[in-house]
Amino acid sequence: MDLLEYQGKQLFAKHGVPVSPGRPVTTVGDAVSASDEIGYPVVVKAQVLVGGRGKAGGIKLADDREAVEEHGGAILGMDIKGLTVRELWIEKASDIDDEYYAAFVFDRSAKKPMAMLSKMGGMDVEAITDEDPEAMRMLHVDPLLGFQDFQGRRLAFEAGIAADVIRPVGAMLGKLYEVFVAEDATLVEVNPLIVKPDRTLIALDAKVTIDANALYRHPDIAEMRNALDEDPQERLARERGLTYVPLEGNIGILGNGAGLVMSTLDVVAQAGGRPANFLDAAGGSKAEAITSAVEVILSNERVTAILLNIFGGITRCDEVARGLVEAVDQIKPTVPFVVRLDGTNGEEGRVLLAEADLPNLHIEATMLGAAEKVVELAG
Amino acid sequence: MAVLVNADTRLCVSGITGREGTFHSLNNRSYGTEVVAGVTPGKGGHDVEGIPVFDTFHEAVSETGANTAMVFVPPPFAADSILEAADTGVELIVAITEGIPAHDELRVFNHLQRGASRLVGPNCPGILSPGKANVGIIPAAFFKEGNVGVVSRSGTLTYQIGNELAQRGFGNSTIVGIGGDPVPGSSFIDIIELFEADPDTELIVLSGEIGGDAEEQAAGYIGEHVTKPVVAYIAGFTAPPGKTMGHAGAIVSGSTGTAQAKAEVLEAGGVRVGRTPTAVADIAAEILGA
Repeated sequence: MDLLEYQGKQLFAKHGVPVSPGRPVTTVGDAVSASDEIGYPVVVKAQVLVGGRGKAGGIKLADDREAVEEHGGAILGMDIKGLTVRELWIEKASDIDDEYYAAFVFDRSAKKPMAMLSKMGGMDVEAITDEDPEAMRMLHVDPLLGFQDFQGRRLAFEAGIAADVIRPVGAMLGKLYEVFVAEDATLVEVNPLIVKPDRTLIALDAKVTIDANALYRHPDIAEMRNALDEDPQERLARERGLTYVPLEGNIGILGNGAGLVMSTLDVVAQAGGRPANFLDAAGGSKAEAITSAVEVILSNERVTAILLNIFGGITRCDEVARGLVEAVDQIKPTVPFVVRLDGTNGEEGRVLLAEADLPNLHIEATMLGAAEKVVELAG
Repeated sequence: MAVLVNADTRLCVSGITGREGTFHSLNNRSYGTEVVAGVTPGKGGHDVEGIPVFDTFHEAVSETGANTAMVFVPPPFAADSILEAADTGVELIVAITEGIPAHDELRVFNHLQRGASRLVGPNCPGILSPGKANVGIIPAAFFKEGNVGVVSRSGTLTYQIGNELAQRGFGNSTIVGIGGDPVPGSSFIDIIELFEADPDTELIVLSGEIGGDAEEQAAGYIGEHVTKPVVAYIAGFTAPPGKTMGHAGAIVSGSTGTAQAKAEVLEAGGVRVGRTPTAVADIAAEILGA
């Protein structure tokens, strides 16, 4: 789960990482009163989960109330890479002496956290490494020992950080690691980490991703989920406990097991079709689960046909067939269904469906056959 | 001979008194696996259909000589249960639980590197050596004894591929689900190394998916160390970047972890990659000459 900048900064503040004073607001009026309170100049920052906000005109400096009104009005409602800006972060403006880059990432390859530091902040990571591969210094952290002081010093010296802030930068890395572990983050990125003229440090931006599997122990973060920015189908699916990912095409996909569903998408694409979604119904074979899943798929108006691909292991195909008959009876869908049932009680399931003789429902015995059929029907 | 689980397996199940734990423990026992004990703190002295339940792993292991642990407890307690099993020095721990926080998995993984226990999973369907032992939730009825070793990040996709092989008359030495999480206890390489050494395995099927670089690492290892033929399948060619496709580990981050890149690296390493589960079975049949 990705956090907005100000949500990340709230977590930073909790762990003693210095951030500028600010307020999240959703109206121009609130932006003005927040600015009055904080004191000018302020920075008006669009809060959307996408990079490149500055280039898109979503971050503006405001010296006075009129400027806040002008920029606040322009940025609220602005479209940045397909996302509508609904929230602003009003923050005290900072003078900048130096800009660095600092991050902790979850290195799956090494199976350890990795610390990163560069003195070339304020630009993309890719841009930093393109310009000078040596400019990004990295080292792994033993998760059983935690981030050590020497690691902070070593990174800072190797990165060529200004001599007078070597120790403060190292200490800040220590606090960012604390955020990384205590908040179950898989990414904590500060770009830029700035040095002010008085040589104190501030995390001027915050990019934080929290492990969705750990949200049960962070109810405060779970509540930060920005329901307004969520795709309506995704929200519906999440509320129903289904794993759903919207895609661009018109063929609705429902299957059991993440790997099999991914494979189904691929096979449909190979057959010349375009999947509309990923939906893993997991072990849910009962009518309720199937009805729920079909409703989520059909809430996407682009869907012109649905492929149900089940390989029964623990899940029994005859149960799935009964569930599907009930679901179709309840929803009365107008789009064609292609159903492939295989595995445990596959034959019984196919017989049940054939006997039910549902309109517009096509039974296929193999995954490839089902993919070809649904592509043909989807048009 | 099979790998990891066989007739010598003596299984102890953590979470045996839960609904899923009971169901699958009994399933495993009916298949012929020696299920010698269960662990549920506070329920020591009870039994599940004759399988004795203990309060601690230590007691279970010392009383029954269990050499393999299976973890079925919910995510908040699973890392602790794996560590408890490892603390007894048990040889193999199979963690079925899905949804364990990634940082817990990191600590468990790095701790286990220093000890003797091998972890398979979490978020995996378990391990099946047809005709010998079943530890986990793999529906054993679809698989028979044979010479194809399968290692996979997915459950149902493994059944799909296994079934396609079975329809062409092939059986399996062992099927190992290593799980769909970002920090699996055992990697493709760990399992392929076992298959390479296993006299019963003549061909290895690797079933991967988007996210991470485990398939790329495996490609390098296979090129250098594996003499047996390897056939691979990669799921997720159509997955959009930045979206988690069901499995916590199945995510394309930026330009890394794509199915295309994995398939190319595997092919460059001499591994034949089937573009559909059916194609994998076709290639396997061609190699084994059936």
